[in-house]
Amino acid sequence: MNYKMIRYILGTILKVEALLMCLPALVAFWYGEGDLLPFLVTILVASGLGLGLALKRPQNTVIYAREGFVITSLSWIVMSLVGALPFRLAGAIPHYIDAVFETVSGFTTTGASILTDVEAMGRGLLFWRSFTHWVGGMGVLVFLLAILPLAGGRNVHIMRAESPGPVVGKLVPRVRGTAKILYGIYITMTLILIGLLLLGGMPLYDSAVHAFGTAGTGGFGIWGDSIAHYDSAYIDLVLSVGMVLFGVNFNIYYLLLMGKVKSILRSEELRWYLGIIAGSTLLIAWNILPEMGGMLRSLRFSFFQVASIITTTGFATADFNLWPELSRVLLLALMFLGACAGSTGGGMKVSRLIIMLKSAKKEINRMLHPRSVHILKFEEKPLDDNTSRNVFIYFFILVAVVMASTMVVSLDNMDFDSTFSAVVACINNIGPGLGVVGPMGGYASLSYRSKVVLILDMLLGRLEIFPMLMLFAPSVWMTKRRKN
Amino acid sequence: MKIVIVGDGKVGQALTGRLAEEGHDLVVIDSSPEALRTSVEVHDVMGISGNGASYAVQKEAGVEDADLLIAATSGDELNLLCCLVAKKLGARHTIARVRNPDYADQLVMMREDLGLSMTVNPEMAAATEIARMLRFPSALKLDSFARGMVELVEIKVKEGSPLLGQALYTLSSHLGIRILICAVRRGEEVYIPTGSFVLQQGDKISITATPSEMDSLFRKLGIYRHKIHRVMVVGGGRIAYYLAKQLLKLGMSVKIIEKDAARCELLSEALPKARIILGDGSDRELLEEEGIEEMDALVALTGMDEENIIISMYAGTLELGKVVTKINRMSFQEILDSAGIESVISPKGITVNQIVRYVRAMQNSQGSNVETLHRIVGGRVEALEFNVTADPEVTGIPLKDLRTRQNLLIAGILRGRTIIYPGGNDTIEPGDSVIVVTTGHQLKDLRDILERQ
Repeated sequence: MNYKMIRYILGTILKVEALLMCLPALVAFWYGEGDLLPFLVTILVASGLGLGLALKRPQNTVIYAREGFVITSLSWIVMSLVGALPFRLAGAIPHYIDAVFETVSGFTTTGASILTDVEAMGRGLLFWRSFTHWVGGMGVLVFLLAILPLAGGRNVHIMRAESPGPVVGKLVPRVRGTAKILYGIYITMTLILIGLLLLGGMPLYDSAVHAFGTAGTGGFGIWGDSIAHYDSAYIDLVLSVGMVLFGVNFNIYYLLLMGKVKSILRSEELRWYLGIIAGSTLLIAWNILPEMGGMLRSLRFSFFQVASIITTTGFATADFNLWPELSRVLLLALMFLGACAGSTGGGMKVSRLIIMLKSAKKEINRMLHPRSVHILKFEEKPLDDNTSRNVFIYFFILVAVVMASTMVVSLDNMDFDSTFSAVVACINNIGPGLGVVGPMGGYASLSYRSKVVLILDMLLGRLEIFPMLMLFAPSVWMTKRRKN
Repeated sequence: MKIVIVGDGKVGQALTGRLAEEGHDLVVIDSSPEALRTSVEVHDVMGISGNGASYAVQKEAGVEDADLLIAATSGDELNLLCCLVAKKLGARHTIARVRNPDYADQLVMMREDLGLSMTVNPEMAAATEIARMLRFPSALKLDSFARGMVELVEIKVKEGSPLLGQALYTLSSHLGIRILICAVRRGEEVYIPTGSFVLQQGDKISITATPSEMDSLFRKLGIYRHKIHRVMVVGGGRIAYYLAKQLLKLGMSVKIIEKDAARCELLSEALPKARIILGDGSDRELLEEEGIEEMDALVALTGMDEENIIISMYAGTLELGKVVTKINRMSFQEILDSAGIESVISPKGITVNQIVRYVRAMQNSQGSNVETLHRIVGGRVEALEFNVTADPEVTGIPLKDLRTRQNLLIAGILRGRTIIYPGGNDTIEPGDSVIVVTTGHQLKDLRDILERQ
């Protein structure tokens, strides 16, 4: 275990976080609502800690897969602990665990909130809250890889641990180049979104905050009734399409830039993803038609909600908790499914669903024709056994964690809808669930025991379970035996 | 630069490592995903599995806009086909590994007709290197610059050597020979010494001098030995064949021990003047029976590193004039030193050096070209030769006014037929050849010796 390198990267992460926090500090200064000081204190703390930890670049920068996992999960934990300070210092969230919950919910792009009155919070803090979505969406370590040469060729271990999806591919030969391209696309798309929202008459501050929430597929809003506040079909449409686009694998956009339109059309995951969105939108639109009165209106609300849930954003234009049962179940299923691999969205990912369906079909075939030889193909490439086995194990652990967490949260004695959907909405990084934790409710009333469990669930979900689990494996922490 | 490497075997992997270190964008193609995995995880490169000679795979690897394609699969014909396809797709340069002796005579023709920039033959290059070592047996390693006008020799400072206890700047006058010590390896540390550096027993030093001065130095040090006449080669592979051919031409007598009967017959047919022995070279009885003790030199060239090491260690105890060991896996080099194995040759290392030199020359076609590149002191120091073209930042300026980088030494300036060991008032002029020794920098142009502003 290369502890020096882990310490060095953690220090660097803190320095980057201090740098990122300058932006909300500026916003706080601009509005002068008295939440500037907490930011300045936190920036000082983070940069002081960061400078201390990353004082000396270690001689040996070689890291292996296990260091990659450990660095990634520790970075996310440390980032959240420090990122929560402004909320606590400003007194906007009196309890530190609540502040950590809010921050983890931000970085993991969940969007689950413990706030009962969002509108009471200062605009600097609200900006930071949404900005964490944007930072966590693409991954702060990927950002680090883009700007700093950290561990040479072994950077791929870090990138693999942080990026979502069963297979992490590079766009160009070098990790640094890949990270730069990803962030380039991410920033450009965010700016375009801000521009489009401005055109719809949304003020600049609101546009930026909602664009961050959409780009990171997070879902923190600044109004008690989320996007319904604006009650504008244009804004609904822009955000719906925006969410769907940020839920697409970013490799697709790179291919688009390279002019390889043909290979985009051949992408299986993209076709499934768009197909599922279209299908669910129509079903739900038909299901809620009687309440909406009018097909167009029904489509508008159902498309927004489907986009918001499948990309794991969690914005709301209506209280879908009150919708008919079919729509609620369908949305709950979409929560598990999640967006595409290599996007900013959470959940299980469409590609994993495709791989599992294909494997299941293959197994059934094998029972019927024991001697048949059949190679699974995904995205026109043969799928190796390792990947498909990994997908099944991932799914099993996900279900196991959901069960265990549900049991702990059930101690709070809420109804089943609320208990189960709270866990599902957190581990899949969506935010609002059903019942008490529905789009117009919140997580404030849960016990601290449940909140800590949900904090862990959000981190597990964002990092796709394995990196966080590695922290608990004793062999990861082995050190060199010293001779006496 | 964008470089595509086809074939992720021994040479392919070593190349990937070195070229990635130099900061190129690499794509590696191999038919086995397993082989690619290590490359992709350790070095920052992209891996593509498939047949590297196929049009579709090369397109996927982006050969159209690659600056260079290097074909290093195990098959010569496949390598040539790879290069041919790459050239058609639009790669700027192509390098193929061609090592079958049958093609040796048609290399020039193939290079021209197939548009290859270069062909490399690791076995041939290794054999040439070994032959040179045997010609100058006192050096651990010997490289040459400027077509042999300057030599770079690595030797070990033994007990009682006249080099001991002297500051380097007094050495030349003390010995009466003009030499320059440009790198010192002491234990694990490598130094580019300054004038006040004092040598210790056990140091491995790299010296530059002209061949005649090198001769007198060796005589002074009392390590000059007689020439090598009788060579025993253990293992009869391709290197042994190329080596025997060269040694026989030099008038040495060569005995090859090979355990495969068919191979023995082939060798005997191709090398009528060599003595071919059928038997296991790691068998002590056999080595003694064949008179290992009367040999001047032994070269261990079997396919197994372990065997080569054991044979060399045994030969070391017999105090032969020279023992050369072929090693494929270079990662355990420190251990070899402690086992007393000093002259080590790695075919892939030599090939990689050839290609890296070519790549660096490609990068600057205008400036002062890298003419020669040697890696010395176990690969931790680079010695380069530049052909100087006029450059206002470097040429015509007294060296004392040049702000050169740390850990870098201008080891010699070659002007016409004389070598200048530069002092502060000397200048580098267009038309010179300059030899630079450095650790840790990757020089591509003579201008790179300057401290960056």
